[in-house]
Amino acid sequence: MLTYITRRVLASLLILLGASFIVYMLVAYSGDPLQDIRSSNLPGKEARMAARTEALHLDVPPALRYFIWLGGAVKCVVPFVGQCDLGVTLQNQPVTVALSAAIPTTLQLVTTAAILAITIGISIGIVTALRQYSTLDYSVTFVTFLFFSLPIFWVAVLLKEFGAIKFNTFLYDPFIPNSTILLVSVVAGLLWAVILSGSWKRRAITFVAAFAVTAGIVYFLSVTRWFSSPSLGIAVILVTGVAIAYGSTVLFAGLRNRRALYSSLIMVGLGGVAYYALQPLFDRATLWLIVGLGVAAIAAGWLVGRFMGGYDHQQSSRAAMLTSFGVASLVLLDQFMRNWERYASDPHIRNRPIATIGAETPGLNGDFWITGIDKYTHLVLPTIALILISLASYTRYSRASMLEVMGQDYVRTGRAKGLSERVVVTRHAFRNALIPLATIVAIDIGALIGGAVITESVFSFKGMGVLFLTGVKEHSPNPVMGVFLVTGITAVVFNLIADLGYSALDPRVRVKA
Amino acid sequence: MTTILENTADVPGGKPVLPEKPEETRGLSQGQIVRKRFFGHTGAVVSMFVLALVLLLSITAIGLGPIPGWWKYDYTQTPPLMNGGHPTLQLFPFSLGDHPFGQDRVGRDMFAMTMRGAQISLFVMIVVGAIAALVGVLIGASAGFFRGKTEAVLMRFTDMVIIIPALIAAAVVAQAAKGPALLAIFLGLVSWTGMARLVRGDFLSLREREFVDAARLAGASNRRIIFKHILPNAVGVITVNTTLLMSAAILTETALSYVGLGIQNPDTSLGKLISDNQAAFSTRPWLFWWPGLFIVVICLTINFIGDGLRDAFDPRQKKLNVRRVKESPDRPQEQGVPANRKPSEGGPSSALSSGYLENLDQPADGGEGNEETQR
Repeated sequence: MLTYITRRVLASLLILLGASFIVYMLVAYSGDPLQDIRSSNLPGKEARMAARTEALHLDVPPALRYFIWLGGAVKCVVPFVGQCDLGVTLQNQPVTVALSAAIPTTLQLVTTAAILAITIGISIGIVTALRQYSTLDYSVTFVTFLFFSLPIFWVAVLLKEFGAIKFNTFLYDPFIPNSTILLVSVVAGLLWAVILSGSWKRRAITFVAAFAVTAGIVYFLSVTRWFSSPSLGIAVILVTGVAIAYGSTVLFAGLRNRRALYSSLIMVGLGGVAYYALQPLFDRATLWLIVGLGVAAIAAGWLVGRFMGGYDHQQSSRAAMLTSFGVASLVLLDQFMRNWERYASDPHIRNRPIATIGAETPGLNGDFWITGIDKYTHLVLPTIALILISLASYTRYSRASMLEVMGQDYVRTGRAKGLSERVVVTRHAFRNALIPLATIVAIDIGALIGGAVITESVFSFKGMGVLFLTGVKEHSPNPVMGVFLVTGITAVVFNLIADLGYSALDPRVRVKA
Repeated sequence: MTTILENTADVPGGKPVLPEKPEETRGLSQGQIVRKRFFGHTGAVVSMFVLALVLLLSITAIGLGPIPGWWKYDYTQTPPLMNGGHPTLQLFPFSLGDHPFGQDRVGRDMFAMTMRGAQISLFVMIVVGAIAALVGVLIGASAGFFRGKTEAVLMRFTDMVIIIPALIAAAVVAQAAKGPALLAIFLGLVSWTGMARLVRGDFLSLREREFVDAARLAGASNRRIIFKHILPNAVGVITVNTTLLMSAAILTETALSYVGLGIQNPDTSLGKLISDNQAAFSTRPWLFWWPGLFIVVICLTINFIGDGLRDAFDPRQKKLNVRRVKESPDRPQEQGVPANRKPSEGGPSSALSSGYLENLDQPADGGEGNEETQR
């Protein structure tokens, strides 16, 4: 195993060297980095050209200049050799500084989108695989193909127009006209009817019920102007919490397992108590406090499951942990919502909360909740765009993988020996279906880090994509190489993780030593 | 016929179908089977017609090169603005009007520009697909067939190209020469990697088969074995992957043009049209809708064609087909239907649907199917 890893790492280093040389030469020969000074008529032209030539070593031919760059770059990768030096940009800013500002922005954008896309994509894929050839399956197949074919910049511009500009205008007076209520309810009814399926009679009942409930809720939201001062309130949290408790019990233990159900319900009760008990703490919230509370919530779930569960306490723990996490998220969401009005009326926001560009509102000062909301309102549109684009492939992959597994002999054996369908699906099929997905996800994450170039440029996120793009446009190799170093190394590392992970997850696969 | 037998030999459960039905033993070539299945895939067939229509429309409307088209405006002309540039397209009663897709700020005809953009995008797509397929197949085939040092060198080279971003290649082209042809060639030269890996994998397993040994015993040269014996068996993977490449290529090209690194002025492309007009979304939304619609339509149809091809080439389907066909022995023309209803994957999955259990309870074929799957 160690031999294998060493060999892979050595090969990867060679690959990175070769690729970085090619990229450097391509950028260096793509054009003249002095162009903007050459075409300007400002005084001191010669001196500025000389200064830039000096800073970028433009007097050295590109092939040799690469080795100057490499000499500095090696110090970044190998520890304790010296100061990390990736050269400077055309604006004479060190690339290391520019990169360290850009990486967090990109990570922020990409992580949320990746986590959500993977979770949603895999869930949809599994459900469609379990209901192959149903209306749901066909609709999802079509929709994923459609998403797969959407150019991200087009989606982004549409989102800006309808998700931000029109939505902000709507927020001035959040009154929903009757025709919209009708339309939304019909769509919701159809959606539920397709998802729950069954006989025509059952579908009709589902449709009518979903239609009525949605119409009622939307009408209520409209009349109470909920959107201008949103909140969930304890009642909604508890009702949703109970639903989550039942859902997670069904998923992890089955409703027959009363202990698991009761542990989940206890967690909902605890969440309700915490909702009131923690209010004073929330007023002085920091990021670490929230993270700590989240961890505490999950730990409490584990403990409750441990004490309630008796013989098979792991199932109860899992169900309780998921419920606890869900309720904690609801409480957190409610806190953010309570601060929404304060945020929207801030003079920097001027009641147009959903942002179309940038990663944060410049000059906005506020506590944890205000800056948090600010972050989310900036992230929401690019995240939606990224999710829409990458959802398709995860759905397709997980569907294919699940179908493959459901046809295996051990699934038939599981059914034959009388296991319930829930156990067959979650224990035998689902876990094995995740194995090939793990490698795809690892490789995708490696690619995603640098893959949000277009999204970043549409939404003016000052991340690595924009750094890269400006470098390419200005024919300045240093920032391009900086970004390339980050993306190249992540891609190579995640490829290795994917291969090792596969052999760890599937004992039938062994790496060649 | 032999090809088919070979092809399915190692797929668990994927037994050769045709000999089991005496009245259908009349041999079908692999090409015939694939064609039959493909034309049973409604989505793919419709997509093919739509794509052909788009291609035809874009070429005939504004002509190609020196040949003039039937549309009165060119994409460079600036006729006077009429009615604020609103689109004149009417669906009912159908009439094109003077500017069916509207006009932009300076009065250029949007229909002509969109057609030109579609031409460029389709052209780039085809060239990228062809180049990437050619290079990928050559490299993958040599790596998979010769193995050893050749494979090590070629695959490390592939790994190297994978991490080179396509944007760089495009930036170089945008500088060196302003033309869609060069852009397409460069894009093709960086996007063959996935194909090479897939083809190599296929070749690695195919070269161990008996028919390759047989060919070698009969004195066939390496070249003959690669091109006459192994390549035809890998054609499914290659075709399907080429369609995926093409749909990715069209999105890459439009994205590049959008950020200003692809097609340059005065030429235009669908991505560039969107980029140029996105600021005018609130005042002239049609400038934005039409090019986007064309990108989506082209890409969607390519994806559906790829899906249909994958179904048609996938040998795992045969198992499912046997059962379905046997359920309705008096309607052999239904053979295509299951293929049509089958999205890309998972022949074996028939076991999962409740249909499988029902089949065992009331076997329409008198239990014959079960014997066959066990034989």
